[in-house]
Amino acid sequence: MITERSAISKLFNGINVIILLAVMLLCLLPVWYTLSVSLSDKAAASAGQVFLWPKGFTFGSYETIVKDGQFFKSFWISVQRVAYGSFISFFVILLMAYPLSKNAKEFGPRNIIMWLLVFAMLFNGGLVPWYLTMKSLGMINSIWGLVLGGGLPVFNVILVMNYFRNMPKELEESALMDGAGPWRILFGIYLPLAMPVLATVLVFTIVYHWNEFFQALVLMNKSVHYPLQSYIRQVAVVIDPTKMDEESVKRMSELSNQTLNAAKIFISMLPLLVIYPFLQKYFVKGITLGSVKG
Amino acid sequence: MRTKGFAKHYVLMLLPGLIWLFFYNLFPMYGILTAFKDFNPGVGILKSPWIGLENFRYMFELDDSKLIFRNTIFIAFAKMVGNLIVPLTFALMLNEVKNKLFTRTVQTAVYLPHFLSWVIVAGMMLDIFSYNGPVNQALAALGFEKGLFFADAGIFPALIVGSDVWKEFGFNAIIFFAALTSINPEMYEAAAIDGASQWKRLIHITLPSILPVAVLLATLSMGNILNAGFDQIFNLYNPTVYSTGDIIDTWVYRAGLIDMQYGLATAVGLLKSVVGFFLISVSYVLAYRFANYRIF
Repeated sequence: MITERSAISKLFNGINVIILLAVMLLCLLPVWYTLSVSLSDKAAASAGQVFLWPKGFTFGSYETIVKDGQFFKSFWISVQRVAYGSFISFFVILLMAYPLSKNAKEFGPRNIIMWLLVFAMLFNGGLVPWYLTMKSLGMINSIWGLVLGGGLPVFNVILVMNYFRNMPKELEESALMDGAGPWRILFGIYLPLAMPVLATVLVFTIVYHWNEFFQALVLMNKSVHYPLQSYIRQVAVVIDPTKMDEESVKRMSELSNQTLNAAKIFISMLPLLVIYPFLQKYFVKGITLGSVKG
Repeated sequence: MRTKGFAKHYVLMLLPGLIWLFFYNLFPMYGILTAFKDFNPGVGILKSPWIGLENFRYMFELDDSKLIFRNTIFIAFAKMVGNLIVPLTFALMLNEVKNKLFTRTVQTAVYLPHFLSWVIVAGMMLDIFSYNGPVNQALAALGFEKGLFFADAGIFPALIVGSDVWKEFGFNAIIFFAALTSINPEMYEAAAIDGASQWKRLIHITLPSILPVAVLLATLSMGNILNAGFDQIFNLYNPTVYSTGDIIDTWVYRAGLIDMQYGLATAVGLLKSVVGFFLISVSYVLAYRFANYRIF
């Protein structure tokens, strides 16, 4: 081990640690501030008296949210979207990655399909053709528009495929000797061994579906069909009365205020705040596997 | 090997994905025709009359188009630089700390913003930078004048770039952490024995070791010079900052889905897709040539 004794080194390390602590706080403070506002008294919050600690502590805004039907409706739509979306993506990614991990000798059309996928990943028709397609497929006001509308996550297929390609050939060969078919090999051998990268992909898909707000804005004619993020956007970021029915306009004028919005923002990030520290080792590993090779 | 009859199973496995790909990625490309037509939603894409490059000609005549291309490239380029330098510096600084618990804690904290949606971040930012928000309170306490940050076209690009770097630097640093851990520790020990100071080791061993990764990331990001971040700007902008904050994607959204100028919006989107596709292809070729990087 290298040990440092010089005074300059100690000073350097000290300043370094202080800067890093400041950077860390910078990442956490906005979340903490939002929590503080959400637990504060309305008047104190709008007068700008809240900083790092709630002023006039109250659960009032959370109580209001519990009574707000639309919040729960949107929350439930988001949960459904995440469940359907990540389940479907997971299996489609897994099923595509395995045959594509073969080389062209083992599976003839492999390279053509690969180029097609990469083309689809890098080139698209743009927003208007996408919207017209979704409309002609009957995806307006349907949750399936949200689940499928993001398209095939090609990048994730490539991530898993690269992982499969680096697995030892002998695994598959010995399974073949024992009489296993391709489905058995995929689900019995590759699936369990690829858990780190599959967990990464699952995290990405869950986060994508939880956070995506734009498709609902375009595909849903009424805010009652909005998932949580689109709803939060509507109440806390921009107020767009054209998309609201009469009842929501009335509710908005009664309730719209800073502490309530802060509470909504905080609740909608809560699921991620809770799960992401546990998932950290997976996504760090997965990204590293997918990008730095060798 | 007994894999002769496997091809049909492989095709079966690929089928769901290919159907999905067809409907949601390839089928919309037929909608590109809209760019060359006087599109009338009532009669559909095929029956609308052809007008050739009229939409493109009109696009180049618009004052907006120069503005949005300039804003897009400016914001995207500034983000590119910030998203390379800040994570790199941060990774190097954290690498100097030898306390595992400390580094793990800092990492966990800085990954967090990446996982928040732009809706949430925008909601928090609008509050923090609001007229009575903490930033203005702090400015007032220091004797400065309060400002309306999100209504100031001069400040807006800086807020956009700054908040993007804030959100992503921790996550972008992951790749540098990986590169740093793969440096052979014997090099440091040998250098220490030869009397190299901590600073000298940083300059002569650590930095050159991760420079190739930085160059690779810079090359790959060149392809994204037309992507200035729709989700972010869409949530943070307003008409007062269009002059510096409106980008191609946000303009296409307004022109296409709000003003229903389908043909024009498709033409602008198409131009962006073609140029973007070209740039990404070039950057991947360069990355392959010089860093032996391949996506598959």
